[in-house]
Amino acid sequence: MSQAPQNLSSLNPYSSPDASIRAELSEIDASLRTSSLFFITSAIFWLIAGTVLALIAAIKLHEPNFAASSELTTFGRMRSAHLNAMALGFGNNMIFAVCTWIMARLCRSSIRHGGLLLIAGSFWNIGLTLGIAGIIKGDITSVEWLEIPQYATPLLAISYILIGVWGIMAFRFRKGEHVYVSQWYFLGALFWFPWLYIVAQAMIIWAPAQGVVQSVTNWWFAHNVLGLWLTPMALGTAYYLIPKVLGRPIYSYYLSVLGFWSLALFYNWAGVHHLIGGPIPVWLISAGVVASVMMVIPVIVVAINHHMTVVGLHRQGWRSPTMRFVVFGAVNYTLVSLIGSTMALRNVNLITHFTHFTVGHAHHGAYAFFAMIMFGGVYYMMPRMLNREWPSAFLIRTHFWMCAIGILLMVFALQIGGWLQGLQMNDAENYPDFIEIVKNTRPYMIIRSVSGVMLLVGHIAFAINFFWMLFAAGTVRAKQGPTLLEAKKEGAI
Amino acid sequence: MKNLPLLFCGIFFTLAFSFTGIVLTSHLQFGGLAQTTEELEDDGEGQLVMIEGDPMFPRIEGGVALQGKQVYIEMGCIYCHSQQIRRESYGADIDRGWGPRATVARDYITQERVLLGTMRTGPDLANIGGRLQGDAGREWHHKHLYNPQITSKGSNMPPFAFLYTLQKIDGNPSPKAVSIPADSEYAPEPGYEIVPTRRAEALVEYLLSLKIDYSLPEAPILD
Repeated sequence: MSQAPQNLSSLNPYSSPDASIRAELSEIDASLRTSSLFFITSAIFWLIAGTVLALIAAIKLHEPNFAASSELTTFGRMRSAHLNAMALGFGNNMIFAVCTWIMARLCRSSIRHGGLLLIAGSFWNIGLTLGIAGIIKGDITSVEWLEIPQYATPLLAISYILIGVWGIMAFRFRKGEHVYVSQWYFLGALFWFPWLYIVAQAMIIWAPAQGVVQSVTNWWFAHNVLGLWLTPMALGTAYYLIPKVLGRPIYSYYLSVLGFWSLALFYNWAGVHHLIGGPIPVWLISAGVVASVMMVIPVIVVAINHHMTVVGLHRQGWRSPTMRFVVFGAVNYTLVSLIGSTMALRNVNLITHFTHFTVGHAHHGAYAFFAMIMFGGVYYMMPRMLNREWPSAFLIRTHFWMCAIGILLMVFALQIGGWLQGLQMNDAENYPDFIEIVKNTRPYMIIRSVSGVMLLVGHIAFAINFFWMLFAAGTVRAKQGPTLLEAKKEGAI
Repeated sequence: MKNLPLLFCGIFFTLAFSFTGIVLTSHLQFGGLAQTTEELEDDGEGQLVMIEGDPMFPRIEGGVALQGKQVYIEMGCIYCHSQQIRRESYGADIDRGWGPRATVARDYITQERVLLGTMRTGPDLANIGGRLQGDAGREWHHKHLYNPQITSKGSNMPPFAFLYTLQKIDGNPSPKAVSIPADSEYAPEPGYEIVPTRRAEALVEYLLSLKIDYSLPEAPILD
């Protein structure tokens, strides 16, 4: 705890009673207002589009004749369009909005030439629209996590670099000496992602490497999109939001350091666990398994650090929309990572590999952890951007409960169904007919579709609340204090 | 943290470490594998060499099958079907008759795009051409692709009926017509027939070409 004052001082400027510092902050917020709102609006559009695509794909797995008359809506394309809409449309736009903003605030440097950021962001979304239209049209590459056709990727790469540069520039012109833990994560991710993306594009699409070197590169990349892009962005966001909302410094500086470096070191070796049992040298797989198990260290360290920061303030935290989402995300980070480490063990992987269990795991990580923390970020950020409060606590509660219950239901359904599927697939004696195994997954596929509808309801509630706040300024009555979530709170809509 | 050079070096070297360890080392270790004969012989000087005149494996992709692979890619088949056979005693791939031996890195060297896959909503296809062969295999694939329920009742595979055309029988029925039993609920109206488009034909040729019917020195087919 000896480092606590240092950590506190790194946060201090932002909750400072000093009016000039607060003015500086609102100047930073203003410099990012247009571009951030653009990114969040885009993210919400992608979120809704991605959820609809997901539902189409989910329904097809139990009603194969649904939307089957055209090749445009066949399962492989709907599923891939969904993945890219969510990861690159929702995820990246969210990151561009929330993480750039947190970065600028922590660096205490306002963003110059915000207009250029807006142009880069527009190109990102144009490139992505082109790419997803390409997937649906049939130009899909069938390389997992890199489905976007070649004609759209350069646009994405260039606009990403432009946006990334803004994050780095904010850091370059920072004030103050201390660099806070969120900034380490953001800087790391901003640097790692383009490296991963360019290497993967080059070695799989532009100048394909020979044979299964492609597959190894593919999973080095794809797993690191989660591990070195989405994860650090969400963890950095949580590290910023938890102390801000609770007004309490992060529990331990040393745990922050240990958590960051062990994540940076181990996560990027873990991806090979997607090829366990596959036609690649065993030493590679062993390295992937070891790294996956070593991930327990950063996960436990971050869990302790976050938990000890929140401990004793759970009740207050629960009232804050931001904290509710962030705590849900942080708890699920611990859970999903420990499950992930277990899944990498050869004996466990033998059952889970090639099944819906893995699909459940991917959604657990990308949604219950990453997306939920990003939602928390938006709930924190918007009132400060617009100087307005969230119009409806009811819609926030709907968003939270529909998404929280929906995603947990989905993970349970896919992991129980997937586990049984795996056991049956490995048992050729009692389940000689593959079709029987397929039929046995059907109830779980139906539950998954139900969970998808719940998520859609949650997302629509979020979208309504957001656009209500954004466009109906005059009709949102001026509130006394922030919108909190409390059952008996008067004035809650 | 105030030591920025350490931060930046750390960020750089952590990824450089795995990039070197996973990607570059793989490329060096097995990125240059070549075709080989099924067995090797001793050249008399203690060196194992390829047997001259023997056919080389894996085969080179080409022809209509390669066009069919493009259809396989466009339809996103990989998201439900893997193309890798795991070794005996690790999973039931071989017990299920999905292939005579485990696939190894060399099996994939002639493929410009490797479609290993990570999902088995449907069965593995690495050796589907060995399991369903010739005209009988072709006929099965066309029925199955037109509507999987014809051959595999209860399957959740989507029908690919859009790769087929419904046409009026003009004189003699087309020799290519999909042979759906007349009493099947998926059979066309009398006087009509279902014929595959070029894409469906190519896709089926691709599936028929997926065969693990050869040994490699490091992965022999054992009887």
